[in-house]
Amino acid sequence: DIDDVGHKYHLELVLEDVLDKDSTVNCTAEVLYHLGNKNSAPSVQFTLEEELKNTDEADNIFYNRIKSLEKELVAENIPDSHGNVSPEMEPVRLLAWVASGYVIWQNSTENTKFQLAQIKHVKQVKRSDEYLEFDYTILLHEMVSQEIIPWQMTVLWHPQHGVQVTQDSRQPKHASE
Amino acid sequence: QTSSTMLLFETVSEDLLIYCRHQVLRIKARNEEEVKKLQLLESLEHLELDFWINPSTPALPVDVRIPTNSIQAVKAFLESHGIEYSILIEDLQVVLDKEKDDMACSQRDRSINSFSYETYNSLDSIYAELDHLASEYSNIVSKFQIGESYEKWPLYVLKFSTGGSNHPAIWIDAGIHSREWITQASAIWIAKKITSDYGKDFSITSLLNKMDIFLLTVANPDGYVFTHTTNRMWRKTRSKNQGSLCIGVDPNRNWDAGFGGPGASSNPCSDSYRGPSANSEVEVKSVVNFIKNHGNIQAFLTLHSYSQLLMYPYGYKCTEPRDYAELDALGRAAASSIQSLYGTTFRVGSICTTIYQASGGSIDWSYDYGIKYSFAFELRDTGRYGFLLPANQIIPTAEETWLGLKKIMEHVQDNVY
Repeated sequence: DIDDVGHKYHLELVLEDVLDKDSTVNCTAEVLYHLGNKNSAPSVQFTLEEELKNTDEADNIFYNRIKSLEKELVAENIPDSHGNVSPEMEPVRLLAWVASGYVIWQNSTENTKFQLAQIKHVKQVKRSDEYLEFDYTILLHEMVSQEIIPWQMTVLWHPQHGVQVTQDSRQPKHASE
Repeated sequence: QTSSTMLLFETVSEDLLIYCRHQVLRIKARNEEEVKKLQLLESLEHLELDFWINPSTPALPVDVRIPTNSIQAVKAFLESHGIEYSILIEDLQVVLDKEKDDMACSQRDRSINSFSYETYNSLDSIYAELDHLASEYSNIVSKFQIGESYEKWPLYVLKFSTGGSNHPAIWIDAGIHSREWITQASAIWIAKKITSDYGKDFSITSLLNKMDIFLLTVANPDGYVFTHTTNRMWRKTRSKNQGSLCIGVDPNRNWDAGFGGPGASSNPCSDSYRGPSANSEVEVKSVVNFIKNHGNIQAFLTLHSYSQLLMYPYGYKCTEPRDYAELDALGRAAASSIQSLYGTTFRVGSICTTIYQASGGSIDWSYDYGIKYSFAFELRDTGRYGFLLPANQIIPTAEETWLGLKKIMEHVQDNVY
């Protein structure tokens, strides 16, 4: 508890590779939730105690596959109702997961707990530069209120330049749903 | 070829998995690049592919068994990459049947034919399976109705009993929140497990000799149907709310326990809307009536997902229940049993200290009503798939959950009050 500033948390985490459960990296972080101003994201500082694995090969395979598509990628409901994700869509899902992490961070308080529930819709936006661009509509599940919140996000990605969320906005929910 | 089929068959007889409509494909990779693509496919665990010949060199064909739900995805992948394949076995179960002359996929028995415990099923399918279990194991199971949902679906409960009059009993329910599909799926598996283990497994046999089990596999049928037809993420009931366009009440905020207090919403459009009054939802009222009329329920266990938690009261207040020490110890023992199978870890604690304050919850009501052993489970996972848990996790989840439930039931049996 820091007077007039907010609440600071010191965390010790273990990061686990989604694709290889035995591959872990230790991490420490400090998260500061600002007092009063609920519109600002918590401040985060972190230190990785080891380097993350190199993923160049898989990144390039995915990048080249999308770049060489004749028609822009379009998909919906990832995973589907039964939890299935087709092999081609797996990187698309992982990208959404990373990007949603940013959206979640920007919208978190000490009283929220968000998870990416599903990609409702994703559409690739062709670009003339080297970046890949995807327009996602995702569903975020907020644990405390139990609400499912539709959210739009525009995601840029490049193997060497990483992920960027250039635009995001909360979407209205329909009363009939 | 024959030896691998025989090996597969050995496993089938030991558990509930059937191979209906699983296909075996023979894939011909033409070069190293295609082999690499197949190795990528191999690494996708969620598809549950069973490689009889693994991808290693273009010189050898790759034979792989594909569960029903993954077939479309795999074929689409192969076709989009122009990788040649042929169907070696159209329906694996048919082949196994021919070898064993068994009835697993037989046209003669339509009810087994349409129900698979390893996939998510429609309400109609689940209801048909309840009938099937009650008729096939009528010495131990009977099905009865405790009421009707808002949209008039019957609320069916299975009673597992060796007879006697008003044995002390365990109550288990699943699917009160309709989007938590792993719970209804686990419940029907558990029903099958109880019936097939009675007379073979010491623990369940001795339990049923002294106690009854009541199992409500789909506590919110209206919501469940809605998740299939319209909105996979629907949680609440489907009742109309006066003066609002928004539909439904959160059935786990509608019980008469701290009703109206913090931890539930008064907004009909909210996913945690408590309803106009306690027990306003017929789905809740029907259970309350049953429990009260029975008079001898010793434990009240409810299944939810997700988060991997095992919780006891209270949710509506953050003070410890009177039986805190015993419930906490029992919860930890149950979590330990769950972990023993696949390493799945559950956190144990009261609702309020473990997730959040929530009023109007079912186990708070049952506990304050006098049912000491009141627990709520939150099953797999912890958020990676959340509500959309892949079907290949149904059986492992049901198996581990069953161990936790059994641990609690064994303790109850030794401590009937």
